[in-house]
Amino acid sequence: MAAQTLYDKIWDAHVVSTEPDGTCLIYIDRHLVHEVTSAQAFSGLRHNNRQVRRPELTLAVVDHNIPTSDRSKGINDPESKLQVDTLRTNTDEFGVEYYDEQDVRQGIVHIIGPEQGFTLPGTTVVCGDSHTATHGAFGALAHGIGTSEVEHVLASQTLLQNKSKNMQVLVKGKLPDGVTAKDLTLAIIAKTGTAGGTGHVIEYRGEAISDLSIEGRMTLCNMAIEGGARAGLVAPDEKTFAYLKGRPKAPRGKDWDEAVEYWKTLKTDEGAHFDLTVEIDASSIAPIVTWGTSPEDALPITDTVPDPKSFKDEHKQTAAQRSLDYMGLTAGTSLSDIEIDKVFIGSCTNGRIEDLRAVAKVVEGKKIAENVSAMVVPGSGLVKKQAEEEGIADILKSAGFDWREPGCSMCLGMNPDRLKPQERCASTSNRNFEGRQGHGGRTHLMSPAMAAAAAVTGKLTDVRTIVNS
Amino acid sequence: MRALKELTGVAAPLPMINVDTDMIIPKQYLKTISRDGLGKGLFHSMRYNDDGTDNPDFVLNKEAYKNADFLIAGDNFGCGSSREHAAWALEDFGIRCVISSSFSDIFYNNAFKNGMLLIKLPQDVIDNLMQQAEYGSNAKFSVDLESQTVTAPDGSEHKFELDEFRKHCLLNGLDEIALTLEKDACITGFEKTASQKHSWLSPAS
Repeated sequence: MAAQTLYDKIWDAHVVSTEPDGTCLIYIDRHLVHEVTSAQAFSGLRHNNRQVRRPELTLAVVDHNIPTSDRSKGINDPESKLQVDTLRTNTDEFGVEYYDEQDVRQGIVHIIGPEQGFTLPGTTVVCGDSHTATHGAFGALAHGIGTSEVEHVLASQTLLQNKSKNMQVLVKGKLPDGVTAKDLTLAIIAKTGTAGGTGHVIEYRGEAISDLSIEGRMTLCNMAIEGGARAGLVAPDEKTFAYLKGRPKAPRGKDWDEAVEYWKTLKTDEGAHFDLTVEIDASSIAPIVTWGTSPEDALPITDTVPDPKSFKDEHKQTAAQRSLDYMGLTAGTSLSDIEIDKVFIGSCTNGRIEDLRAVAKVVEGKKIAENVSAMVVPGSGLVKKQAEEEGIADILKSAGFDWREPGCSMCLGMNPDRLKPQERCASTSNRNFEGRQGHGGRTHLMSPAMAAAAAVTGKLTDVRTIVNS
Repeated sequence: MRALKELTGVAAPLPMINVDTDMIIPKQYLKTISRDGLGKGLFHSMRYNDDGTDNPDFVLNKEAYKNADFLIAGDNFGCGSSREHAAWALEDFGIRCVISSSFSDIFYNNAFKNGMLLIKLPQDVIDNLMQQAEYGSNAKFSVDLESQTVTAPDGSEHKFELDEFRKHCLLNGLDEIALTLEKDACITGFEKTASQKHSWLSPAS
């Protein structure tokens, strides 16, 4: 057999049937569901008198819409409440397991999947959410789908797909101290552009990738979609197996042994063909922040706001000027001179325990700047509990952070956590689009450590200058 | 799904790159549990002023484009969130065909599931069509799906590529789920083999 990539192997193992033009019916092993993109899919089933084919392969949770303040008071917004109530009704009716807002296992859908051991190497994972790419960190083929496709998966446990092309991002060398998976993923997008991965599945390879923790790999793969890729993948290794072992939904006993034996075969063969290769030297990467309204608008913190005229492409020049106008920035300003109003720590990109530890490490014994209000939204109830047990919550609260309940929160501002017009936010989330965190809000994406540094100084700051001092 | 064989009408030019789905339909419209009525939220931030009145400078508020059937957009249209509300909003507004040099994968799939046709053409062609679209209601575009051809107002014809299966479903307005469920035996067979080979695949409970 010809040498295959990891993507080729997972794809081949899931083809149910093939149309004459090459369109395939792919089997879906794991389906995650949340309240915002599922209601219309369940009504579609009901309308056509269809069932959920295998409810045990679907896991539902509420995350996008719920308040991160005291849960006992319920949801004030009637539309949000209806959407959340509808998820409960739908999961009850169709027999799907559901973690509601009172459940300690509740959290952001892409955090709870791995946390519960629901996400496994070699499986196909889908969810009506573009950041499903996160699960690729385990060597699972994982991508976001629309609501029509959610309905398709619920009804048939399959999806109609065209195979993507193979792309590898080869990250050689080691990341310097103070540089994290978030900086790496932003550096990759800055290099490839937001459409650079369109039509491709990316496999991240190389020493710096093997060195990343599983949580770091999740941060990396999470933003594969911001580079336009259908999915991001990292081959499973001993770290992956150690992370999954003993998790509630992971295999046990003989099943576990057989699974690990199979998972060890999930790697790209020597000589396998990639349609596109991008190489990055990890040692050259510095802590990164975004300056514009697209994730590709990312630069090292030591740089300055670019001049729109410096871009070769005229469409990009126009886009960059629009970004600067929206962001209220002037070309030539040092990025480290930009003052902020808000700090948001959380999201499926950076809402895990290692992220919170990184913030605590920077802010321990310090106070956030007077001009800043900062919030921490743990990615799940279990992350929150662990952070409280480890003393992280106390450190953050003493520093002046608002310690919240888990959910998507200000990553997309569907719940009450939003920026006001022209408020500037140092955010650990994944999208700096216009209006993403609130109408007129200005988002700078960065790592948790960098957001913590900004919280302390009140402006965008190179975290290495804080930790070293 | 509504079939689409041919379409003739005005094309609204939107010469911006990386138009994301947050821009197409912002968060406040995602709380619905219905697919209907989202046209009012289409391009909300650009289309309306802060006081809720129409922004007269936005293309879809100009008389010529209020009933546009086509949208001609910059590269990487529909990037970002997987929200199908973006396709629902365009379709509800009346736009059934978007022409660009590239689309994000998820948006591309979502649009076709809703009876929309997305056409990819090279950047120089897009630049030319964008210019012609500026002529407003005098500039009629048409598309013929069977022959995979766009005809521009100046009479020039542009062939586009499309997967056969997608084309077949759109031409005939087929329900993809019903098509898939006809393959039940095949799916069951796959499940049987997979569970024998990998007993660990069922989640522990």
